Amino acid sequence: MGVEQKLGNMGVVTTTLENMVNWSRTNAMWPMLFGLACCAIEMMAAQASDYDMSRFGMELMRASPRQSDLMIVAGRCSKKMGPVLRRLYDQMPEPKWVIAMGDCASCGGVFNNYAIFQGVDEVVPVDVYVAGCPPRPEALIHGVLTLYEKVKGDTFKEYAVKYK
Amino acid sequence: MSQIEEVSVDQFKHLVSERALTGETMLLNMGPQHPSTHGVLRVLLELDGETIINCVPDIGYLHTGVEKNMEAKTYQKAEVMTDRLDYMNPLGNNLSYVLAVEKLVDLDVPARAQAIRVILVELQRIASHMVWLGAFGLDLAAMSMFLYCFRERERILDIFELVSGQRMMTTYIRPGGVWRDVPVEFDKAVREFVQMFHKRVDEYERLLTRNPIFIDRLVGIGYLSVETALQYGVTGPNLRASGSDWDLRKARPYMGYEQYDFNIPTRPEGDTYARYIVRIEELRESLKIIEQALNKMPLGPVNSDNRKFVPPPRAEIGVSMEALIHHFKLWTEGFPAPKNSVYSAVESPRGELGMYLEGDGGPKPYRIHLRTPSFDNLAVLPEIVKGHLVADLVAILASIDIVLGDIDR
Repeated sequence: MGVEQKLGNMGVVTTTLENMVNWSRTNAMWPMLFGLACCAIEMMAAQASDYDMSRFGMELMRASPRQSDLMIVAGRCSKKMGPVLRRLYDQMPEPKWVIAMGDCASCGGVFNNYAIFQGVDEVVPVDVYVAGCPPRPEALIHGVLTLYEKVKGDTFKEYAVKYK
Repeated sequence: MSQIEEVSVDQFKHLVSERALTGETMLLNMGPQHPSTHGVLRVLLELDGETIINCVPDIGYLHTGVEKNMEAKTYQKAEVMTDRLDYMNPLGNNLSYVLAVEKLVDLDVPARAQAIRVILVELQRIASHMVWLGAFGLDLAAMSMFLYCFRERERILDIFELVSGQRMMTTYIRPGGVWRDVPVEFDKAVREFVQMFHKRVDEYERLLTRNPIFIDRLVGIGYLSVETALQYGVTGPNLRASGSDWDLRKARPYMGYEQYDFNIPTRPEGDTYARYIVRIEELRESLKIIEQALNKMPLGPVNSDNRKFVPPPRAEIGVSMEALIHHFKLWTEGFPAPKNSVYSAVESPRGELGMYLEGDGGPKPYRIHLRTPSFDNLAVLPEIVKGHLVADLVAILASIDIVLGDIDR
């Protein structure tokens, strides 16, 4: 599981700095405790006994945006909530990622009306969309693992452009 | 995108005391992003030290426009919106809406469908109370409650998935009956759950009910008198914890609740602890109802045979051209409802959930208005938190069990 098997008895491992940084980022990604609507209940279920997201290094939901790396927008985002969502995103330290959980956060879902943003990508940049209304906890975990794949492929050069 | 509006104190000085304007007391925003507001509620607090002088809830952060959106859909299709109102209680919302539609078009429901509805709605009540109990424990730093409660909730969601294919937003209860009959495994699955859950409720009580820290934080906190509760229109467990035994399942029976033998748990104290006790007792009463409904469940059809409103069964569509056309017409055009207005209410886990429905002779509702229990239960919050500490506000807010989807809709 860990690095021990790969080490053998040499005690030395060779890798690139990028790989090591990305590996450590994926194994301690703290999501922000930010539930908007129905999907928040499934997000709680993903944290709880049966699904236990902490297997993937995500057991620590932070209530403060200053301490989190990942924003899971769980639920429909209303026009009144949009500016608040943006402010919370701006308060998160870089590097930061966003998962749009559920149909409402991805594209408006069943609520095609005056009150709801048709996808939170109108407000914050989204890395992974998780479909479902609401998505099962497995779907959320799959979304997080998909995000890990994305993070593992990141390069420092891209970071420099993205967060200049 | 609109910006956050900057407001000056002048705009809300009528809500706070004069001491706030001189800076003697502190104004503090709790939310809209706060782990213990149970969603996106913002509470403006005026504090003297740590004591709450004024509390102004600010809602609307989850305003979804459900009522307006439902007017644009036919009666069958508008039902998916009701699932997502009070997201702890999707089946109960379905039931409330479907009862209103059935009242509007005068549609009868077979006895088997009624029993299935009662079982599922009571299971949903348990599931909702499980989320409440878990979050309540979490707010009072009893983390293990959250894990235990969600463990049991998953078992209920497994049953919902068994009957409908969805965990939360099932839309299983339809006008005229239910979507389809329950599978044969349903009986066994529910019985196993009921048997297991009796012991689990005792387990929660062992963890919390006589826990000295728990009692210290709850007893005497957030007193709500029955007069104030009635003035504000508080319903559900919050009202019953203040001494009134008003429960729509007994007072205005629907769906055959009059044939089941169950009690309405009440407490006279009206504090946060009483609200906890009432909900725990409700879990046991719901189990009683489920057991009785399961034993009594008759055989027979689960949908009304009034084909004007209920689509033909799937098996018939394969062999009958008329049934196919009928099915197509019903789902594309919907059924017309008379020009009339009805109100139907059910007892949701949070209180009286009412649907006011007005038809205009066409296939779409002319107006829908929802009487949601959390809205009234939240309205009484400023009355009951005054004089308490901020830490008590967390306990009180958790104990009145609000769901923001229910308030803002």
